[in-house]
Amino acid sequence: MNFELLTQLIVNGLIVGLLYGVVGMCFVLVYKSTQIVNFAQGEFLLIGAWVCWALLIYLELPFIVGFLLTMAFMAVFGVMLQMIVLRPMIGEPIISVIMVTIGLSIFFQALMKWIFGVSAQSFPKVFETESIQILGLHIETAYLMSTVIALIIMVAFYLFFKHSKYGLAMRATAFDQQIAQSLGISVKQVFAMSWGIAATVSATAGVVIAMVSGVSNSLSIIGIKVFPAVILGGLDSIIGAIVGGLIIGVLENVAEFFDSQYLHVGNMYDIAPFYVLLIILWFKPYGLFGTKDIERI
Amino acid sequence: MSQAATKLQTASPILTVNNIEVVYDEVIQVLRGVSLDVPEGEVVTLLGPNGAGKSTTLKAISGLLKTENGEVTKGDITFLGERIDSKNAEDVVRSGLFQVMEGRRIIEDMTSLENLKLGAYTRKDSQINQDIEMVYHYFPRLKERTGLAGYLSGGEQQMLAIGRALMARPKMICLDEPSMGLSPLLVKEVFGIIKKINQDQGITMLLVEQNANYALRAANYGYIMESGKVVLDGTQEQLLNNEDVKEFYLGGGNEERKSFKGLKSYKRRKRWL
Repeated sequence: MNFELLTQLIVNGLIVGLLYGVVGMCFVLVYKSTQIVNFAQGEFLLIGAWVCWALLIYLELPFIVGFLLTMAFMAVFGVMLQMIVLRPMIGEPIISVIMVTIGLSIFFQALMKWIFGVSAQSFPKVFETESIQILGLHIETAYLMSTVIALIIMVAFYLFFKHSKYGLAMRATAFDQQIAQSLGISVKQVFAMSWGIAATVSATAGVVIAMVSGVSNSLSIIGIKVFPAVILGGLDSIIGAIVGGLIIGVLENVAEFFDSQYLHVGNMYDIAPFYVLLIILWFKPYGLFGTKDIERI
Repeated sequence: MSQAATKLQTASPILTVNNIEVVYDEVIQVLRGVSLDVPEGEVVTLLGPNGAGKSTTLKAISGLLKTENGEVTKGDITFLGERIDSKNAEDVVRSGLFQVMEGRRIIEDMTSLENLKLGAYTRKDSQINQDIEMVYHYFPRLKERTGLAGYLSGGEQQMLAIGRALMARPKMICLDEPSMGLSPLLVKEVFGIIKKINQDQGITMLLVEQNANYALRAANYGYIMESGKVVLDGTQEQLLNNEDVKEFYLGGGNEERKSFKGLKSYKRRKRWL
């Protein structure tokens, strides 16, 4: 057994899993505060990556400026998307709203293909060294950055929801919208805010992944991959999303390892998380940390 | 209404509800012309049996009616000289009128401190921490309970709900059945604090209650509702001495015992409808 490769894959899995966790957190955030299962989550990554790519290539901005501009753009984009497309859907049956997010997903994928073409583009080089050696492990510099960013985002989420006025307002809205309104909280504002945060944070993950593996439509698949992660963790638990993301990240890499070494079935990397999804839905449909009474779709 | 008119001359009303009708789901009429005045700085109570429309009246005032598919179809509500009947709930809070909803409705998965902080959501000044101390001054028990609000006892939750309302620094607080589910001793305590807050802070209170005994003792003025209408109103003294109020809301009333049959027909005859 090739232990060196296995450790390498597990570390990679943890790093990517942390990113799944970040995207999963956004998914949970939107679900908790607006009760919408957002199937267009992956497109946030895709749009963010393309916008950042365009800013760096066409406007030749320095990476940090392009990155910050992308985040600002995505914040506005998320808020506008909520206000224009999803606000009129408030009060409609949940299934209709979900269909709208599926429609948005298809629309934005096509739009990105139309604007940027179908072929994958490599991201401009951001770091001098592509990868560094830590304890004999080979780690991409971008992944190192992503780990730092992911941890910062997680701490920021914690502080935001624990101490800021708006974070508390979002938790109140998630708990009971009528109570929130009776306290003077504008529920519409909270909805827009949660979509803005989800779009911004997801786009960050999109840019990081694009830095390693290039920008292409396949980025939106992360949005689907996050499903097993959040369902494993429980659809309404932020902690669950992080734990679920880490588990799925490691799992797909380990599955890949055993497949390439022994099984030779092929493509286990992409498939394994969904086997887990099936098993969880069978035996523990509310996930590891989820509340028991949430609606299943 | 003549009593209300004399009342009007002594103190100017902070809140005026003028002949409102409320319809739920576009078909169910709950209020059929309710009018009341709440003078500034006083405690006014709204009494009545289950289903009389007391809570609906409060929700019409606070704008929460809209979240329950209800609508004010006729009449108007004025608070501080401004029409509020078409405002949504968060704007009513911003204008200085805070409602403590029935059943306390605290946020159970947050700590009491977080609940208090949320009460100050509409405020922008920096005195929030001082006001938290002020709330602890009225409800010292809340300071000791640092855990999740869901684990507080019913009385503590009610105190937290009132404290949360204070955090908004409102000009007026509407309380929907603060005595619900509390032991008689706690009811007395809570009403005492409500009265004290009214006297210390000058916050006007509108108190919806079924517990007429305590409510009338705390209030300066009272309205009695039945089946979507105000059927009687008067000062604390007038209502406490009113034979019908004694009979129906305070218990006792006539000295000699009536037969059950006689009592029933008497009640039917004396209904205000």
